[in-house]
Amino acid sequence: MPEIKTEDVYIELGRHPKAGFAAEDLILQMGPQHPSTHGVLRLECVTDGEIIKKAVPKIGYLHRCFDKHAENENWQQVIPYTDRIDYLASMNQNFSYAITVEKLMDIEIPERAEYIRVIVSELQRIASHLIAFGTYGLDMGAFTPFLYAFRDRETILDFFEKICGGRLLYNYIWIGGVSHDLYDGFKEECMKFLDYFEEKIHNEYNPLLSFNKIFIERTANVGIITPEQAIDYGLTGPCLRGSGIDWDLRRDDPYSIYDRFDFEVIVGKGEKGTVGDSWDRYMVRIWEMVESIRIIRQALQQIPEGDIISEKVGKVVKVPKGEVYGRTETPRGELGFYLISEGGKGPARLKSRSPCFSNLCVIEEMSQGYMLADLVAILASIDIVLGCIDR
Amino acid sequence: MGLIEGRFGDNILITSVDKLINWARMSSMWPLSFGLACCAIEMMATGASRFDLDRLGVMFRASPRQSDVMIVAGTVTMKMATRLKRLYEQMPDPKFVISMGSCSNCGGPYWEHGYHVLKGVDQIIPVDVYIPGCPPRPEALMDGLIQLQAKIAKMTLAKQEDVVA
Amino acid sequence: MTSEEIFAKLKEKFGDKILETDTEAVQPIATVDPASIAEVCEFLKNEPDLDFKFLNCLTGVHINKVEEEEEEKLRVVYNMESLVIKHKTALDVIVPISKPNVPSVTSVWKTANWHEREAYDLMGIVFDGHPDLTRILCPEDWEGHPLRKDYVVQEFYQGMKVPYPEEEPKQEEKEEK
Repeated sequence: MPEIKTEDVYIELGRHPKAGFAAEDLILQMGPQHPSTHGVLRLECVTDGEIIKKAVPKIGYLHRCFDKHAENENWQQVIPYTDRIDYLASMNQNFSYAITVEKLMDIEIPERAEYIRVIVSELQRIASHLIAFGTYGLDMGAFTPFLYAFRDRETILDFFEKICGGRLLYNYIWIGGVSHDLYDGFKEECMKFLDYFEEKIHNEYNPLLSFNKIFIERTANVGIITPEQAIDYGLTGPCLRGSGIDWDLRRDDPYSIYDRFDFEVIVGKGEKGTVGDSWDRYMVRIWEMVESIRIIRQALQQIPEGDIISEKVGKVVKVPKGEVYGRTETPRGELGFYLISEGGKGPARLKSRSPCFSNLCVIEEMSQGYMLADLVAILASIDIVLGCIDR
Repeated sequence: MGLIEGRFGDNILITSVDKLINWARMSSMWPLSFGLACCAIEMMATGASRFDLDRLGVMFRASPRQSDVMIVAGTVTMKMATRLKRLYEQMPDPKFVISMGSCSNCGGPYWEHGYHVLKGVDQIIPVDVYIPGCPPRPEALMDGLIQLQAKIAKMTLAKQEDVVA
Repeated sequence: MTSEEIFAKLKEKFGDKILETDTEAVQPIATVDPASIAEVCEFLKNEPDLDFKFLNCLTGVHINKVEEEEEEKLRVVYNMESLVIKHKTALDVIVPISKPNVPSVTSVWKTANWHEREAYDLMGIVFDGHPDLTRILCPEDWEGHPLRKDYVVQEFYQGMKVPYPEEEPKQEEKEEK
């Protein structure tokens, strides 16, 4: 029996470049309803067989008009809307907005409030990275990590619930301080959780997923972002650090009281593949959780007694005229607010520079040449939240 | 059920079949895993370890063709609304809709200045159960599912009296 | 480098293209002639001791009118920083609303691509030389630019009511009328 070559079949069908035709491109729509787009993102993939020629993100399916609301509400009323920008890291969003306004008001925050802010935002970072960990496993076909991650995340949400009453959206960090003090016994409970959780990272999460052979095969050397690309596209957070760039706002442009803590900035080293691949970005998140634990421990030991909200901020917040760009390091990267005040009841203009918005735009360039199945791994490694992209 | 639905009165046979069918329907409600916004995270949490929706026979499906319930979890925007309607149309009968959270009930916090937000998903598809909250707690979502089960338990194949509009 | 030094360097290179500088404010800012913003950004990025390789944010603003007769103006603010030297700065350009054209900086920083599309979508600022200036957040057949001060929301979009539906008067109230 003569051997049939696949190539010959293609030539016969007229689907090979040698046959005088270019193979026809197939346009594949992924989303807006797709289990692994983490929300309502649509990717328009131009594919040649299994290979992606181009994947163009189409966004705006969750555009909730944050900027418009900010212009129409007063200073404190904006805070609940910031919660809903990135609903996985609401504390950090509150924090960022509060810092921006305080920068313009030029006020001092009570020591205790600063420490509470750091503690809750680092706890939130762990909770957010846990979701990234769980859903990454889910996208790679592993269901168990998802259940493990949600088990531990619930404990953190319990802390938040006891502190401020909210499970997911908190409205906790206010201009000038925080809304409620920590409850009695928080310190002990939190310390106990941190000990428990640190052990879980090393003994459960890492063996289960991080160093799993199948997982490494699917993520190492996939979706490489070079350092030049990362800077050019304005990536921040774990995506930037995954590409080997040592940049963390908590250390390089310290806000609040982050300069008092001793922690390391985790950078992707390309242990399992190339620097800047999906595994590196994933691993940055895992080790960042460990660093967050370190920060919380130090903060819990140092936290003083005292007021939780600045007395200078009355019931009616007065912000002088001016403009400022304030930012913090959220779990996904730099969340900045460009704030223009005209001395009125609320912001005259408040633009949110969300980390996911900038992080996502690199996908068009970085996904070129990978297989279609890798697109899921690439997308999950960026850890997008659609509320944060569309605002 | 098209063959016998609405053709006979509520005799002993029909009511027995009703019981069987309703039991089957309410013990395996498969929702379309259709996360839109913040509420989707609470929906995920409800499905995960602590709250465990599998107890109620609720398992998330990725395709509208395999699902019975659509949980509209989050803000429906103008851009998304047409897609949402299409997904609803793709689901096989009988289908149910749970509107989870204030946003999909009525626009929620975005009702006034949210130019791009649909003020209530019931403007485009019929809704069976509304769950208030921003976002509703997992317990609330579970209660919503139980309410829907109660609604399903009352369904019947028997011929209905002419309903006065 | 401090803002004074950065702005002095810009003035030295571009002269009267730098219209105004403000180093007293909370955020020092330099106003640039709209026609030459791309060149200025190119210079800021490539000069070794400035090294602004990272664009943080690009904001479109609709400036509130101070006097009645004044023409309405739009403004674009660029926030940038250097990850190596660890300094930051801000520029802005002001254009009239009747001709809201600003040269695109997409060729300088690729991240500007989406930020400019957003400013176009919400504010109606036209970026000349942008590779794909289409709406990004709102649907393509949306009417108007939502963040303009004079924006009026459309009544219907594809048959769906956009503003919050007003409550119908109750039966009793109707009868009273």
